[in-house]
Amino acid sequence: MKELIRAAIVLIAVSALLMYGVSFLERSTAKSGSGSITVYNWGEYIDPELIAQFEEEHNIRVIYETFDSNEAMMTKIEQGGTSYDIAVPSEYAIEKMKENDLLLPIDHELIPNLQNIDPYFLDLPFDPGNEYSIPYFWGTVGIAFNPTLLEGQTFESWDDLWNHTLEQEVILVDSAREVIGMGLNSFGYSLNSTDPAELREATDKLKEIGPNVKAIIGDEVVEMMRNEEAAVALTWSGHAADMMWINEDIDYIIPEEGSNLWFDNMIIPSTSTNVEGAHAFINFMLDADVAAQNADYVGYATPNAAAVELMDPEVVSDERFYPSEEIRDRLEVYENLGLEMLGVYNELFLEFKMDMQ
Amino acid sequence: MKATQGRPFYLIPYYLWIALFVIAPIALIAYFSFFDLSGNFTLDNYKNFFTSVYLQMTLSSFWYAFLITLFSILIAYPTAYWLTKTKHKQLWLLLIIIPSWINLLLKTYAFIGIFGLYGPANNFLETIGIGRLQILFTDFSFIFVAVYIFIPFMILPIFNSLDKLNPALVDASRDLGASPWTTFRRVIFPLTTGGVKSGIQAVFIPALSLFMITRLIAGNKVITLGTAIEQQFLVTQNWGMGSTIAVFLILFMFIIMILTGQKEKGGSANGKTR
Amino acid sequence: MEKLGKPAKVYLALVFIILYAPIFYLIFYSFNSGGTMSSFEGFTLEHYAAVFADTRLIIILMNTLIVALLSALVSTAIGVLGAIGIVFLRNNKMRNAVLSLNNILIVSPDVIIGASFLILFTMVGIKLGFASVLISHIAFSIPIVVIMVLPKLLDMNHSLIDAASDLGASKRDILTRVILPYIKPGIFAGFFLALTYSLDDFAVTFFVTGNGFSTLSVEIYSMARAGITLTINALSALIFVVTMGLVVGYYFFNNRARQSMGTGGPRP
Repeated sequence: MKELIRAAIVLIAVSALLMYGVSFLERSTAKSGSGSITVYNWGEYIDPELIAQFEEEHNIRVIYETFDSNEAMMTKIEQGGTSYDIAVPSEYAIEKMKENDLLLPIDHELIPNLQNIDPYFLDLPFDPGNEYSIPYFWGTVGIAFNPTLLEGQTFESWDDLWNHTLEQEVILVDSAREVIGMGLNSFGYSLNSTDPAELREATDKLKEIGPNVKAIIGDEVVEMMRNEEAAVALTWSGHAADMMWINEDIDYIIPEEGSNLWFDNMIIPSTSTNVEGAHAFINFMLDADVAAQNADYVGYATPNAAAVELMDPEVVSDERFYPSEEIRDRLEVYENLGLEMLGVYNELFLEFKMDMQ
Repeated sequence: MKATQGRPFYLIPYYLWIALFVIAPIALIAYFSFFDLSGNFTLDNYKNFFTSVYLQMTLSSFWYAFLITLFSILIAYPTAYWLTKTKHKQLWLLLIIIPSWINLLLKTYAFIGIFGLYGPANNFLETIGIGRLQILFTDFSFIFVAVYIFIPFMILPIFNSLDKLNPALVDASRDLGASPWTTFRRVIFPLTTGGVKSGIQAVFIPALSLFMITRLIAGNKVITLGTAIEQQFLVTQNWGMGSTIAVFLILFMFIIMILTGQKEKGGSANGKTR
Repeated sequence: MEKLGKPAKVYLALVFIILYAPIFYLIFYSFNSGGTMSSFEGFTLEHYAAVFADTRLIIILMNTLIVALLSALVSTAIGVLGAIGIVFLRNNKMRNAVLSLNNILIVSPDVIIGASFLILFTMVGIKLGFASVLISHIAFSIPIVVIMVLPKLLDMNHSLIDAASDLGASKRDILTRVILPYIKPGIFAGFFLALTYSLDDFAVTFFVTGNGFSTLSVEIYSMARAGITLTINALSALIFVVTMGLVVGYYFFNNRARQSMGTGGPRP
């Protein structure tokens, strides 16, 4: 008994000590300034130096929280209980959040740096007039491949993934819209198709890719491709850039039939308690120098034209990650198809996955 | 027994916990399971569960959970047994638990590296002349990593039940001429079934709802009910269907509990309490 | 005490090697100047420097430890009392029913627990943050404590308790002098596994946290999309080394103290 009590006392003492440590550290880093904002973002998706710079310049303390999926993030914002002033969801999530009244309109007057954004990325169908969102990073969906493992084979079209030489070589991303979309695209159908016949055709074709599929995974694909674990992957351009950063053999293409164009965007959730600070933060992130530094750190493509001017020309002239307008015109942005249709996509995807076992 | 007379006030926190954090969530889950995507009352979710997709998934969940539990016991029992015979056994036991305090996602990434085509495991196979094999995305790697995750939960209870085993019993058995195997089978093992049962509960039940490593290690070539619930809640946002699967998981768990439940045995707690 | 044979030693060594292999793999790459866990380019300590430079990360680590220690402590207390209560339930059916309820949180996937706790907390009006995370961790750790304590309790010889109560021991004495010492190994097992549950949990914490409060797991999982940095490897290596040092150090300190006080001998 004595031993139990002693152990309990030690634990409580250690916890108390740690709590003191936390409050000490928090006090020493806290800015004395006016108020704070809470930024809700993916992990490692901003240069931490920029946060410090913003705190310095604007005298606003930034509380940084992270999420790992759009859906989980939305659930938290919808349920309330905590206030976020900035969040960075993908474009399809924005439509959903708009429907559910989870967004506050953005006052363009307070964001003079908006002019830095390439007009091509403004006024997109998911948010006409950028009433609620400002693009943060953008990219495409395509095929990452390692020619050294494939005897020099290259890729141009989605159909190349069905090639019999690729047995057990292809990694797919664990996401229904991307995989079904690949099937749709390969027939030239829209990524936003809701036609049951088209979807059926796409799924039937996908079943034939089964023998080529090595695995259906998520973000780990970066690790796998770097390690030459697999030769080909259906993936996002951001991940492809991460792969190439380590393994220079890897290449990335956007298939000729077309593909998806995606955006991550800054928004102000309806739970915001410091709307003014949120605007200041958005404006800060759109500053040319800041955006350039951030793009450099994160490694994704920035929609900020003024920042592109400042960046390494070799990076921004890379057509794979900064595709020309001509290529971009072949790309489609996901539309919010509604939960029912999303359910259909997911059922088909599940069917596809079960079929592979 | 006098100890149970009067009000067991010390039980208040526990029952409060059951009421708030067990009953309330179950009620919520049961409630959600009767609604479709647009919030209308429906029984479709239950109907859907009895389609081949989900039945197949249930079967495969049970199959893998069974394998994981089986291998956990096979590996944990000798480990626990020999650990009780080491000099600093309490320390060694702690050393079994410490690896589980390092973040699971990180360890999973490490396994991806270790099992990779050019990772240490394959380098070893190459050196001993077997050659490189595809280890990742196989049933082997999936069960291996799952057992890795769950093994402390099996070793601990078995260790505890072995540890307080009366050595006199073992000696007696040996003195009576029983072979070591007979001693184990007739004396040691029957006396440690309580620990093994605990271990099974702590492994089999959570293994049914395993999800993350089905994707990371098995590349979605294993799909369990846990994965499906995860998808329904987070991707499809069909909380109704997700809850329905969870209702079935909980039902399965009840069935397992009844099957492995403590039987009324002679010297057990109940018999002598009066 | 009988000596371990050679096969036994080899077997145990193998088990330990496998248990620690992924951890050493992580630690090895924490010295990689290449910046990822794939190809080792050269030795560097920069990731360790990055850990100490990142105050936010250190605060998160401390918060993680506070939540883990306190939740394991409280859930062990509640779980042990609960297990004692379950054992003394006279009705066998009733006992099985309570046990099944006990295990529900173990079988429920984390997303469901997280989502339902979130709904619960917002309904009651608890501010999301430290308190809600701590309460949730206590809640999902209780069942594992019960499971670990129960076999010890069931095996306890009840003539012990009867004897004690015949000798006039009070309820409290029976609890503290007879039951608790006997089930101590189970209590420690429950505590350590509760600690494991708490440190490993991502999904539940994610849903119930807020207002800037975060734990290491939440931080690591949300890094997956843009890539987990080796700073996390370095941090894990530090955690590992410190834990190891504390555990081994405490064990030998405790053992020596025991012996010098003359209360040595075989531990219960």
